Amino acid sequence: MAMLEVNDIHTYYGNIHALKGISITVEEGEIVTLIGANGAGKTTTLRTISGLLKPRQGNVTLWGEDIVQYAAHEVVFQGVAMVPEGRGVFAKLSVKENLEMGAYSRKAGSGIRQDMDRMFALFPRLEERIGQLAGTLSGGEQQMVATARALMARPKLLLMDEPSMGLAPILVDGIFDTIKEINQEGTTVLLVEQNALMALSIANRGYVLQTGEVVISDSAENLKVNETVQKAYLGID
Amino acid sequence: MLTRTLARLSWVDLILRVFQIIAAIVIVIGIVNVFRSNTYTSNQWATLVFAGLAQGSIYALIALGYTLVYGILLMINFAHGEVYMAGAFSTVFLAGYFSNTGFLQSSPILAIIIMIIFAAAVSTAIALLLERIAYRPLRNAPRLIPLITAIGASFTLQYTFRGLYGAEFKSYPQVPALSGTVNVIGFDVPLVQLVVFFAAVGLMIALYLYVERTKSGKAMRAVSEDKDVARLMGIDIDRVIVTTFALGGALAGAAGVFNGLFRPQGVFFFMGFFPGIKAFTAAVLGGIGNIPGAMIGGLMLGLIESLGPNSIVEGLGIPSANQLKDAIAFSVLVLILIYRPQGIFGERLAEKKA
Repeated sequence: MAMLEVNDIHTYYGNIHALKGISITVEEGEIVTLIGANGAGKTTTLRTISGLLKPRQGNVTLWGEDIVQYAAHEVVFQGVAMVPEGRGVFAKLSVKENLEMGAYSRKAGSGIRQDMDRMFALFPRLEERIGQLAGTLSGGEQQMVATARALMARPKLLLMDEPSMGLAPILVDGIFDTIKEINQEGTTVLLVEQNALMALSIANRGYVLQTGEVVISDSAENLKVNETVQKAYLGID
Repeated sequence: MLTRTLARLSWVDLILRVFQIIAAIVIVIGIVNVFRSNTYTSNQWATLVFAGLAQGSIYALIALGYTLVYGILLMINFAHGEVYMAGAFSTVFLAGYFSNTGFLQSSPILAIIIMIIFAAAVSTAIALLLERIAYRPLRNAPRLIPLITAIGASFTLQYTFRGLYGAEFKSYPQVPALSGTVNVIGFDVPLVQLVVFFAAVGLMIALYLYVERTKSGKAMRAVSEDKDVARLMGIDIDRVIVTTFALGGALAGAAGVFNGLFRPQGVFFFMGFFPGIKAFTAAVLGGIGNIPGAMIGGLMLGLIESLGPNSIVEGLGIPSANQLKDAIAFSVLVLILIYRPQGIFGERLAEKKA
């Protein structure tokens, strides 16, 4: 059984039919990426999985259990955490408080302190900024906060929405190295990216979305050499 | 450079600026006149300051209810004055009972603590009912609609209490243990004012620590920043909203008892209206949505109201200045809304609307 199965979901914004029957699967231990142009439905797919949006049709199962029935704040208890688009750090909370909020779903004393130390090992910069308000950090540091915050929930599945958005190219490499590292430590990752080349370089498999539908689904290696993908998303003619 | 600035200045700005300068001059003239004529002794001024602080701390407690709810829902709960009234009004009966049985005289501290808990419980219950019945169904409605509902709920509560207990004034019993005066840095201050002030400040500190230090307090701040991201953390938004209303209600109930100790008369169904609007003024003065702002705003408004008539209005030769307390409080509201709508500590409102 696949870890995550998204079966033919249709999600609407009001009357706008944003997802027209998306189906994807993610196996445990994989990095799977969703690529596609703006408005293709990548973010909407993640928001539907995390429960922020409810599909009108179709279902999302985690280890075979339907998670559409859960409210957004309950989904994290099932082991799904998300790094939202635009990072979404709590600007007026300190770095430490942001991480504490990430662990909100966990009982006090269940190793939260140790996990925080692990985050500081993964992102040493955050330890230097521990008491600072997250809103005063640079974009790259905020991305670290958002990623560490999601990991504090000890998710089995991590949803990441455009982690490279608005970051300097030099930082982007660092972010993708971190994603690989997180994955090697046992967290499955579903990654949405505009930067398709980077995403495919770390992913096992990928889906190409176009106007709310999956148009191509293949291994990352094959997608990198796929002509359509190269033309549309990799900038190679 | 200067011409560009001038070109951007509209005639409305100009009039407002002129008005601001005139207001400042009038205030200065009033103050100078009063102090030159030496009408009041320093003892009298001290009396006004302490009365203002006690009254202000009551405003601050009520103002916190407005500010907490606004911080989470971006909504002004205009029925909050009635939440305060409900606690103050209900506890009048308990206080009377305690006084008749001699409990209030024999163990005043315990009696007052029980009264505060009772008032807080009643106000919390009313606040939660309001949230559940009047506001939750309208959570996604345009912002004007819950505002109108709040006014309707306000009348409903007022006339429910009028229907239940009649329209006449009731009053809290005198507490003999609080009737003396205490010498503070050379001034005689009524004990009740000090007790009210320090008890209110104690509650404010407790609230501040709750919001800053506890897990649910931090969750509350997270929700006020970004509801969707807060949900992704596993925070149940509805529970946070209910907690917010409960806290605001409890503080308003406590304020009701403090008001009863400080000023025993005047308990009736309409008693929440003026303190409600004044506490709203205090919350706006401090910057709505800002918790320390509501505390400071409340104390400042209490002081302005207490000192204003004698220090400014009287100096302008206006008779019976003390009756203009309310006028001063509401002038403050109008002036802030015109010149500094974000309040003392607040950020620009537009930023939070998104």
